Amino acid sequence: MVATPTEVPLGHDKTVSRRAWDYTRRHPTVVIGLGLLLLMVVITLLAPVIAADPLFMNPIDRLRAPQEGMIFGTDMYGRDIFSRTIYGSRISLTVGISVAVLSTVVGLAIGLIAGYNRPFDAIVMRIMDGIMAIPAILLAIALVSLAGASIQNVIIAISIPEIPRVVRLVRSVVLTIREQPYVEAAISVGTNFWKILWRHILPNTVAPLIVQATYVCASAMILEAILSFLGAGTPPEIPTWGNIIAEGRTYFQRAPWIIFFPGLFLAITVLAVNILGDGLRDNLDPRVARRM
Amino acid sequence: MYAYIVRRILATIPVMGVVAVFVFLLLHLTPGDPATVIAGDYARPEDIVRIREQLGLNDPLYIQFGNWLWRLFQGDMGISIFSNLPVTHLIQQRLEPTIMMALTTIIIAIAIAVPLGVLAAWKQGTWVDRAVMVFAVLGFSVPIFVVAYAMIWGFSIKLKWLPVQGYTPIGEGLIPFLRNIIMPAVALGMVYVALIARITRASVMEVLNEDYIRTARAKGLASTTILIRHALKNAAVPIVTIIGIGIALLIGGVVVTESVFNIPGLGRLTVDAILRRDYPIIQGLILVFSGVYVLVNLLIDISYTFLDPRIRY
Amino acid sequence: MKSRRMNLKSTLSALALAAPLALVAMGNDASAEKVLRVAPHADLKNLDPIWTTAYITRNHGYLVYDTLIALDEKLRPQPQMLEKWEVSDDGLKYTFTLRDGLRWHDGSPVVAEDAVASLNRWAKRDTMGQKLMDFTDSLVASSEKVFVLTLKEPYGLVLDSIGKISSNTPFMMKKEMAETDPFEQVPEVIGSGPFIFDKDAWVPGSKVVYRKNEAYVPRSEPASYAAGGKVVKVDTVEWLYIPDPATTMNALIAGEIDYWETVAPDLVPAMEGDPNIVIDVIDPLGTQGWLRPNHLNPPFDNPKARQALLHMVRQADYLRAIVGDEKLWRECGAYFMCDTPLDTAIGADPLMKQDFEMAKKLLAEAGYNGEKVVLMQPTDIPVLSGASLVTAQLLRQVGVNVEVQAMDWSTLTSRRAEKKPVSEGGWNIFHTYSTGADTSSPISNAGVSAGCEEQAWFGWPCDQMIEDLRDQFSREADPEKQKQIVKKLQTRLFEVVPYVNYGQWFQPAAYRKNLSGVLVSPVPFFWNIEVN
Repeated sequence: MVATPTEVPLGHDKTVSRRAWDYTRRHPTVVIGLGLLLLMVVITLLAPVIAADPLFMNPIDRLRAPQEGMIFGTDMYGRDIFSRTIYGSRISLTVGISVAVLSTVVGLAIGLIAGYNRPFDAIVMRIMDGIMAIPAILLAIALVSLAGASIQNVIIAISIPEIPRVVRLVRSVVLTIREQPYVEAAISVGTNFWKILWRHILPNTVAPLIVQATYVCASAMILEAILSFLGAGTPPEIPTWGNIIAEGRTYFQRAPWIIFFPGLFLAITVLAVNILGDGLRDNLDPRVARRM
Repeated sequence: MYAYIVRRILATIPVMGVVAVFVFLLLHLTPGDPATVIAGDYARPEDIVRIREQLGLNDPLYIQFGNWLWRLFQGDMGISIFSNLPVTHLIQQRLEPTIMMALTTIIIAIAIAVPLGVLAAWKQGTWVDRAVMVFAVLGFSVPIFVVAYAMIWGFSIKLKWLPVQGYTPIGEGLIPFLRNIIMPAVALGMVYVALIARITRASVMEVLNEDYIRTARAKGLASTTILIRHALKNAAVPIVTIIGIGIALLIGGVVVTESVFNIPGLGRLTVDAILRRDYPIIQGLILVFSGVYVLVNLLIDISYTFLDPRIRY
Repeated sequence: MKSRRMNLKSTLSALALAAPLALVAMGNDASAEKVLRVAPHADLKNLDPIWTTAYITRNHGYLVYDTLIALDEKLRPQPQMLEKWEVSDDGLKYTFTLRDGLRWHDGSPVVAEDAVASLNRWAKRDTMGQKLMDFTDSLVASSEKVFVLTLKEPYGLVLDSIGKISSNTPFMMKKEMAETDPFEQVPEVIGSGPFIFDKDAWVPGSKVVYRKNEAYVPRSEPASYAAGGKVVKVDTVEWLYIPDPATTMNALIAGEIDYWETVAPDLVPAMEGDPNIVIDVIDPLGTQGWLRPNHLNPPFDNPKARQALLHMVRQADYLRAIVGDEKLWRECGAYFMCDTPLDTAIGADPLMKQDFEMAKKLLAEAGYNGEKVVLMQPTDIPVLSGASLVTAQLLRQVGVNVEVQAMDWSTLTSRRAEKKPVSEGGWNIFHTYSTGADTSSPISNAGVSAGCEEQAWFGWPCDQMIEDLRDQFSREADPEKQKQIVKKLQTRLFEVVPYVNYGQWFQPAAYRKNLSGVLVSPVPFFWNIEVN
């Protein structure tokens, strides 16, 4: 998804709309991804207005095909799939964004300290290697089944396997920057640690971290769906896309709409985040862009 | 080089150590009392006490850990709570389908992804390139179970070409084996194909932009020769790396795929064990999967020393 | 270069086209061996049907073990491993004689000592067995083939107990095995039943294999429920456990399995049009749903709050949600199920008529004031998961502050044993179901036992009058008088409400047309079935 940059010089006299258009032409992926994502966010925020109670069961109207009044059909308990899917976007986005933020913040903290403190580094990186050796899904299911099914626990369980990746990224940036002459100079003249961190290190980690965070967000949403599908995710009473699909899979021949709509929403959202990530990577982080 | 290999092998010890500590603590972090779970529906209090003693759950944690580790070194992973069979036996029974599925998946994925990636790099910037990249992003974005159900619906139910579920050992004939394994392997391979295709495209593109390739092209060397002899050879290291990293994704995917296609492998065992809280099996499986991951990545790291003589340690 | 690429392209597309065709062309060879491939309702986790009450282990028991007495389709006890029994005039002494030709799977003959040991072990685990032993003075083998049971006082259910059709069924095991601690599992599967368990072929979680027992001598009578001749007409029975119902259905349609024990009712319409598939209700007794309140914790420690549940429930809501197809369920207020000898409608009015106002009023009278009520939802069992959701919605409608706690069934089974208050990890409500074979008698129906914390089943109802009536019932041999006792009992049950019955449904099974001789019975049996 590499945009082919057409060299349009950015003049200062251009109107805002013209500039937006130029940006779109230069980075269509960022705009498309962001646009789709914003659409999802709007739908999510409007859920109470456009959707009915996603939990309300009406067994008389069970397994109805999409039709007027129930545009996505109903499930085996007569619940409205449209309402459930719309409310489901709340959970998926919450999980995706929370995991991205949580793993980035924790990973950033650990990575910064590890990059700066040798003895701590040795221990922490061994633990990180250990966590990375355990397949993420396995680790997450085990953690959820231990801690009990709740949204918080799912977020934590998905974040933990993502943290080592962030730590490694941050640590490698810190190690590279530490060796830059200007940083070495700053250290030698006794500049305060926090100042170095704030001036030199953090700015350099922002771009790769944002790119990394979008991928974490996308993979977290898929992982959440997989956990629910396997029966080890968010409590089934909560309509998440994964839960709706998991409950509907028995009916995938008789009532394919139960899994089709949440599946479609999930795929579009993850696609949007991935496209956005690709675009940002090309845009923000040319170093990484060259590699991928 | 040998010093490097030895160092690399030694480096796996702390990693597996961390995994072992985590796996051991699993049973002791549970909210419920393990003995109560093990005793079952109609247990009397005295049964629970007895089970607790049998499993040594009354000992201090570090003694339990020592005993557990000692038994582990002797190849004893404990007894399954539900089926009363040794965990090693249960895992051995399930190894073949999972290994065969993983191998088939990797072969299929490489066979599809590398040519796709090379093609995209070669046709950089054209619609072919874009199509490949769109496909790659889709591979990441569509959940594996959605792909799996769509394939079952199409190939098994509508077209009736392939069996819906199950596994036939390769010993009972190649064709029956392939008939069962092809759909799970393709479903499982989607993410893998996406991953490998992207990395292949990026690496080949990078090499194609190197001066010596430009020279070679200018000299009029045949395109395929350039692609294969120079570009692909130099792209081999990142491709092999991604295969190693992808093993983790593959293992995760196995859990889902085996559930959907009802393949009696380690993935199904994992889901069953977790839903029933059969801790000895969960512990054994995490150890085995993590061990495989560490081993594969060890082998890959070592293979660099042969693949790319420029890498020195 | 162009041509090369074309070559590659055409080769690739040719491969892509040819591969599926080749795969389609070659199917599995039909082997001469006759194999009956069954998708059972659950994975076989344990092999000892005395140690666990799990239905799947009971079904396994019927394949490899045999019983002394068995119930026929009228639920009358008939000899199975026995030649005959004799009862003394005072009704205190039962003399049982084993029939000829019985052999264990290791070749040794079945003797009376084996039967005595097996009955003793069973009686330590089973509620009916415990009751029988309370009345028993002695149980001894008097010769190779004869053993004698002597009672302290007359007891009406001796033969029904030994012939108990469902869990725990008193299966006969070889003496060495039967001497295993009843709270440990038997180390080996040595039965005398019509099939032999193939231990090496067992893949827990996936596959169980039973081979025909060539040495088995079936009775000459026709098969009828568990009674009659167990004539095996296949070489091998394979249980192939498939967790996902949609996959199971497709496997059945594709002919990869022959028999699906418990069809998800919602999938029935998808198979009805298939000319190769027969859908049939194998268990004519049906299944009863239980909403079980915890009698120890408020608000349901108060009978008024439990009666409020009766007014709140409408069975049709549950049955539509969890079963769907109206042909497969019925509303039924009887505690011992409809269409059974003990079917009665007495006292059932509050259950049969939904009345939210009455429910609210009773809850208020019980002193309920918005406290949290914990409902445990087993998410891996669709029927119970659905019933939990219906109850949660109804509870909210009558103003109860319900917290649904999702968990898997095995967690639920450990949590439900917890007697603590809700604030300390206790619970208020869970759902389960029970099949007709267990539910239709006041003795084997575990849900109506009201023996308080010490003896009652999880939820611990406590009521002396219920216990007295159940005791009277067990001593009564006359069916008419038994019915009179049940009327009194059911009236009391609707006052105490040990559990709320959320309806009766019928579990369909499905099998391919090439099977014949599938038996109608509350337990799926695999003898008498022929694969054509």
